[in-house]
Amino acid sequence: MNNSPIITANNLSFSYNGETVLENVNLTINENDFVWIVGPNGGGKTTLLKLMLGLLKSKTGSIKILGDSPQKARRYIGYMSQHILLDSQFPVSVLDVVLMGRLGNGRSVGPFRSADKEIANEVLQQVGLLEYRQKQFSQLSGGQQRRLLIARALVSRPKILLLDEPTANLDADSEKDLFELLKILNKELTIILVSHDPAFVSDFVKRAVCVNRKVHEHPTTEISGSYASEFYGDQRRIVQHDKHIKED
Amino acid sequence: MIEFFSAVAEFSFLQKALLAGVLAGVACGLVGPFIVARRISYIGGGIAHSVLGGMGAAYFFSNVFNWNWLHPLYGAVIAALLSAIVIGLVSLRARQREDTIISAIWAIGMAVGIIFIMKTPGYNENLLSYLFGNILMVSSHDLWQIAGLDLLIIAMVILFYNKFLAICFDEEFARARGINVEFYYLLLLCLTALTVVVLITVVGIVMVIALLTLPVAIAGYFTRTLWQTMILSIFTTIVLSVLGLAISYNLDLPSGASIILLAGFLFLITISGKKIVAIFTSK
Repeated sequence: MNNSPIITANNLSFSYNGETVLENVNLTINENDFVWIVGPNGGGKTTLLKLMLGLLKSKTGSIKILGDSPQKARRYIGYMSQHILLDSQFPVSVLDVVLMGRLGNGRSVGPFRSADKEIANEVLQQVGLLEYRQKQFSQLSGGQQRRLLIARALVSRPKILLLDEPTANLDADSEKDLFELLKILNKELTIILVSHDPAFVSDFVKRAVCVNRKVHEHPTTEISGSYASEFYGDQRRIVQHDKHIKED
Repeated sequence: MIEFFSAVAEFSFLQKALLAGVLAGVACGLVGPFIVARRISYIGGGIAHSVLGGMGAAYFFSNVFNWNWLHPLYGAVIAALLSAIVIGLVSLRARQREDTIISAIWAIGMAVGIIFIMKTPGYNENLLSYLFGNILMVSSHDLWQIAGLDLLIIAMVILFYNKFLAICFDEEFARARGINVEFYYLLLLCLTALTVVVLITVVGIVMVIALLTLPVAIAGYFTRTLWQTMILSIFTTIVLSVLGLAISYNLDLPSGASIILLAGFLFLITISGKKIVAIFTSK
C-alpha cells in the first residue's frame, strides 16, 4: 500500500474576526488513511475542514492537497456536507441529488450529459441505492439519505472523501452499515471524517486527530472490559484523550 | 363559460388578457418552484411590494417631465432588480438581519411609490391597478415586454437549472464543488424579480406572492422532482388565470382577486383531497 502524504498542513493558523480558531496546525494525512477529526464545538473542526475544501483561505501557514492549493485540488475531494443542514422535504429525486456531485466536472451550462448519468448509476449501485433512483429524497430513511450523500461525494471520482458529521442523529444499526461501506471505500480512498461525538470511535478508524484550536493526535487504543464496551458493544474503541502521541 | 369564450373571440382586450395569463404562468411556473423549495417566498413578497416605488417614480417622471418613454414597467423592473440584489446581499452576508431588511425594503418601497403617485398631477386610478392588477387593461406594448421577460427567464432556467437546484438544496456542497453560490443566488433572485414584474400585470403587487406560491404548492402534491413541479405549475397557473378571468367576466368581479381566490380554493381542495385519500387508503 502506498503511504505518500496526500494532505499536509504546515504551521497553519486561522483567525475569524480577530479570534484565533486554529493555531500552528501541523498535520500530515497519508494515502488510504482513515482519519477521525474530533473536538468540541467551536474547537475549529469545521474551519479545518473548510480550509481543506478551499472554502476558507488561511493567511499564515500553508495547506497542500496532493501538492497543490485546495482550490486547485478541489476535483480530488469528494465532500459530504452535514445532513442536518438539508431540507428533507425538498423536491429532488435520488438521481438528482447524486448528479449534483457532477457539477464542476463537466459542462458548466445546460443539462447533464449521459456520461454523467452513467457514472451516477454506477455509484448508486455501489452504495446500494440504484433501485431507489427515481424516489424522492424525502422517501429515503435516514441511513439511506447518508448513503446517498456519500454517493454524491463519490460521483466526482475523488481521491479523498471528506465527511462532515456523517453519523449525527443516526441509529446504531445504520451507523454500523455506514461504517461498513466506508471501510470498503477506504481500500481505494483516503477518508477524513469530522464528528463531535466525544469519546467513541468506530472500530474502522485508523487515526484520531483532536482539534481544539491546536491539533493533537491520539492513539485509538482499545480499552478492554471498560464501561464503553458494556454500554456500546464491542465494536467500539475509545480514544485516550489524556494521552497525546506527539506534542507540538 | 361558452359565452366567455365567444366574448374572447370578439374582444381583443380579452385575448390580450388571456395571453398575459399564459405568459405569467410560464414565468411563475419556472421560478416559483425554486422559491417555494428554498422557502424564500417572503423575499418574493418584499421584492413585489418594493416595486411600487419604481412604478410610482416612473409614473411621476413620465407625467411631470413628459418622459413618455418611461413606462411604469421599466420603473418596476429597475426597482425589482435593485431590491432583489440588496435583499440577496443581506441574506448572504448578514443572515441574522435578513427579516428586518426585507420588511424595511417592503415598506419603504411602498411609501416611495405612494408619495410619487399622489404627487403626480391628475386623477390617480393607477395606484389601484398597480396594487390589485388589471389584466383587462394589458396593452400590446405590455405583452411584448412581458414576452421579452419570459424569454429571458426561460433561457436562464434552461442554462442554469442544475446550478440553481444545487444551491437551493445544499449551498455548502455547491460551494465545495466550485460553484459561485453568491452569483447564482443573486441571479435566481433577479429572475424572481422579473417574474414578480410579469405577475404584477396580472394580479397586482399585493397578490403576487399568492400566485408565485399557490400553483407551486398545488403542483408539489403531485410531483417528485423540481422540473416536474415546474411543468405542472405552469399548467396550473395558466388554467387558474383563464378560469379566474372567465369567472370575473361572467360575474363582473375584479380579475386579480378572482384568480387568487380560485387558486386558494384549489389549494384547499388539494390539501383536503390528499388527506381524504390518505384516510381511505390507510383503512
